[in-house]
Amino acid sequence: MEIRTTFHKKLREIQDEVLVMGSMAEKALMYSVKALKERDLELAQRVVTDDLKVNKKRFEIEEKCIQLIATQQPMASDLRTIISALNIVGEVERIGDHAEGTAKIVLMIGDEPPLKPLIDIPRMMEKTVDMLHRSLDTFVKGDADTARKIVTEDDEVDNLYDQVFRELLTFMAEDPRTITRATRLIWVAHNLERSADRVTNICERVVYMVTGKMEEIGASRY
Amino acid sequence: MNMKLSPDLLSDALAGKKARLGATGVNLFYGDFQALRNITLEIPECAITAIIGPSGCGKSSFLRLFNRMNDLITGARVEGQVELDGINIYDKSIDVVELRKRVGMVFQKPNPFPLSVFENVAYGPRRHGRHNRGELEEIVEKSLRQAALWDEVKDKLGQSALALSGGQQQRLCIARVLAVEPEVILMDEPCSALDPVATLKIEDLMRSLAENYTIIIVTHNMQQAARVSDMAAFLMMEGDRAGVLVEYGPTSDIFTNPKDKRTEDYITGRFG
Repeated sequence: MEIRTTFHKKLREIQDEVLVMGSMAEKALMYSVKALKERDLELAQRVVTDDLKVNKKRFEIEEKCIQLIATQQPMASDLRTIISALNIVGEVERIGDHAEGTAKIVLMIGDEPPLKPLIDIPRMMEKTVDMLHRSLDTFVKGDADTARKIVTEDDEVDNLYDQVFRELLTFMAEDPRTITRATRLIWVAHNLERSADRVTNICERVVYMVTGKMEEIGASRY
Repeated sequence: MNMKLSPDLLSDALAGKKARLGATGVNLFYGDFQALRNITLEIPECAITAIIGPSGCGKSSFLRLFNRMNDLITGARVEGQVELDGINIYDKSIDVVELRKRVGMVFQKPNPFPLSVFENVAYGPRRHGRHNRGELEEIVEKSLRQAALWDEVKDKLGQSALALSGGQQQRLCIARVLAVEPEVILMDEPCSALDPVATLKIEDLMRSLAENYTIIIVTHNMQQAARVSDMAAFLMMEGDRAGVLVEYGPTSDIFTNPKDKRTEDYITGRFG
């Protein structure tokens, strides 16, 4: 017989809110790269403005977690779920910041002519968004196995980052006039690479939540 | 279930601690009713061990094994071995009065004698043959200081103990136990009749006593078990079978990452 129904309902609400916050960060990643591809400065500005909403959401979720800890004295897996939620919202908030960073670069680039068609950067974004989405699913479902698997997928993002970096380096070596534009694209790629790393941190927290063990599952190359 | 102390079982904080008390294959019956089932477990010295579990699961029965308080219940029968420092306390040669001096007990409701504060504490040592006034004064002061009560009662040692507050009375009862210099202190819900501030004072006192005494506490309050104990044992009822030891381990593990799903369900309030 479930006894603490009110408490467990509140705990589920926190999990749902983490998903909502996750989808805000996913959108920020997608829109920032879309703005870069399409030179849509308005969209880039929106990502910058909306980042405040992501930050606010983080504080709201943290506040709810603190309330539950202070008033309900959660134990065992309940405690680990709340602690993981606190850690995860920090990571998601930073992913939002990385997307905002990309959007600011788009604003900086303005209407300068594109250096090259963007192929690998959108791929990095798609992979990162997919990893983020699934990692938060594992949080709600308590699925440590899938969380561990997602961590290994970070290599794909790292490989794409290598590729982008090498390619842009070639541009710069051949024509120093491209250095400014190429550097900005490297920053964008770096933001995505960091975002994927933060997804691996989320996955580690899910593993902790499920198993009670703090594990460093896979270290990123960067 | 076998729960002997081993490096695997103890947390780092308790590493190297020896077993002071032990139960091996213990079954306890009250007439036809079995209150404890095949319990094997060791209690570390100079540490606090909490016994948690739902009402009627056998926590108090388990506690009372160690000073043979169950003997006072008609029809109570113990099978298996219960040891203090490796000696079977249910052996015929054991003097129960001497055993209860070594293994003191604090009860749920403060139960001071209707005597003065001084006489409450001096009562035990007198029974054990200490009659010298100076010596008794020393024992009373030392015990009251250890029980963190001295400063509050030093000017009213001659007054009735019944005039003290509930929290003070409970600390007086602890002083009364300490006065006979026990090795082990059993506490059966020692704070359930106290307000939160008095409760925290007792808990603080328990932590300081744990440096020198082996303490076992039975508590319904899981937060209290989590705050105060080093080791925790979870007893439960399985259907109508009482006294099943489900899990025993360092408190930090039991309350953050219990190994058994039944413990998890109990401490997170998914059954009770």
